[in-house]
Amino acid sequence: MDDDELGRFQRELIRQVSEFRSRGVIIDVAALDVMDSFGSRSLRNLAYMARLLGAVTVIVGIQPDVAFAMVQLGMDLGKVHTALGLEEGLVRLDELTGAGRLSPASGPK
Amino acid sequence: MQAAGEGDEALLPIQTGKDVVLARQRGREIAAQIDFSSTDLTLIATAISEIARNVVRFADHGQMRIRIIEDPTRRGVLIVARDIGPGIPDVRRALEDGYSTYGGMGLGLPGSRRLMDEFQIASEVGKGTTIMMTKWRPDA
Amino acid sequence: MEPSEDDGPQPTSGQKGEAPTDHEQLLPELVAHLRDNRTQLRQEWANRITDASLLSSMAPHEIFSEATSVYDNYVEVLETGSVEALQHYAQNLSERIIPQGVETHEVVGIVLLLRDVLARSLFEKYHKDFSLLNRILDAYEPAANRIANTVSVSFVQERERVIRQQQDAIRELSTPVLQVRERLLILPIIGVLDTQRARQLTEQLLSGIRAHRAKVVVVDITGVPDVDVSVANHLVQTVDASRLMGAGVIITGLSSEIAQTLVRIGVDLSKMNTVGDLQGGIEEAERLLGFTVRRAVDANRQED
Repeated sequence: MDDDELGRFQRELIRQVSEFRSRGVIIDVAALDVMDSFGSRSLRNLAYMARLLGAVTVIVGIQPDVAFAMVQLGMDLGKVHTALGLEEGLVRLDELTGAGRLSPASGPK
Repeated sequence: MQAAGEGDEALLPIQTGKDVVLARQRGREIAAQIDFSSTDLTLIATAISEIARNVVRFADHGQMRIRIIEDPTRRGVLIVARDIGPGIPDVRRALEDGYSTYGGMGLGLPGSRRLMDEFQIASEVGKGTTIMMTKWRPDA
Repeated sequence: MEPSEDDGPQPTSGQKGEAPTDHEQLLPELVAHLRDNRTQLRQEWANRITDASLLSSMAPHEIFSEATSVYDNYVEVLETGSVEALQHYAQNLSERIIPQGVETHEVVGIVLLLRDVLARSLFEKYHKDFSLLNRILDAYEPAANRIANTVSVSFVQERERVIRQQQDAIRELSTPVLQVRERLLILPIIGVLDTQRARQLTEQLLSGIRAHRAKVVVVDITGVPDVDVSVANHLVQTVDASRLMGAGVIITGLSSEIAQTLVRIGVDLSKMNTVGDLQGGIEEAERLLGFTVRRAVDANRQED
């Protein structure tokens, strides 16, 4: 995904979160074969924007090689939540948004 | 796409985000020809992506050469990235960081260096920057 | 045609002055001879191969077919002096015959046999004119030797590559990541860890997380005497990478020596989830997994 596509993706996602007043977002990055610092920063920013709109983000689908490279590179996804795949991501979202425990203002930070 | 020919060398313009993606794909293809493991291929592609992005961000445009190299006991992939951008004022500081913190003035240089086996950088303010990095595939 | 330096006569030859011209005239002539007599020379060579019991793992028609290709390539390299085409062919050939169990000495043997069969044929043709014979052999021999070298080296390299691949495959099989419960993996590490092995274990662990959809991994290092700084770093990276894939890591069997090394490299041990022994680690893992399914309350605690 190049810069333009990423920008569009961000805008579109945030628009939808806002329109549907989503509580949770899952971003599946399984198709990405490389995650460089730009990509990581973009994801972190996305999660932050979503949080400001009251939604929790879970990133899923980071591939083994990519995870390894990210760590070697020194990438830090911060406190962004991660899960293995879509299924696990949904479970995690449930935990994070369930029972009204986490209100939009606060968060796992 | 690169003309058929050898397929073990590429010279690519680096100017847009698309070029970054193209460069790392080509890098992966070329490195794959000498049997790097899948993990190593990702490391190489990631390093290429980091360095190419710097060029796009700071230098407006530059060039990257990727090719397979050999020495008596092993083969590897060499990546050279050149630009005539603003240059890096303090190269030493740009190469520093504490492990696992993303330091180095946000240039991703220490990280890229960790991903590769050899890493050299020459830069002069107002003239530009050249980065040379190599990853070896041990032969024995 | 290029009077190429590299397949000209060797510097020690006294005829250096005349040599390049010789080359231009003689090489095409001897190549023509080898082409004209292709059929019988090839047969003679194939016979000698069988007599010497080489390529015994191949069937006669296979030997003949390869012999044909090698012969034609051989003559072509003599003609063009191009080593690249030869390297290409040699690698190709190696890839084909290595799985059939052909060994290095056999490949070297057959190439040398061909060199000699052809040399003998040249000898028979030119022996009446001794000085011409010498010049012909001077043109032929260096090129023939280089061919023999190139083919042998290519074969050896390819063979080493195959062996390495096999070793890697074996090593992978022998360092298991075990799935003991659903979503729970154990990676027992025994013995001395070097960077390469640590790397490999990490790769296997991460693949294992994906394959088994693990949510918790217990890495037991009871059997590891000590680690150096780079391996300790590696351990930390493994924990971080596993987290990126949504799996938590519990480290068990941490000796005080290793704990000290970790602290020395700046690892905040309170951030790592460590438990005394493997048993305790598995219990902790089950507890975590139980939590995940049942209650959301302690999800925060798990995160840190």
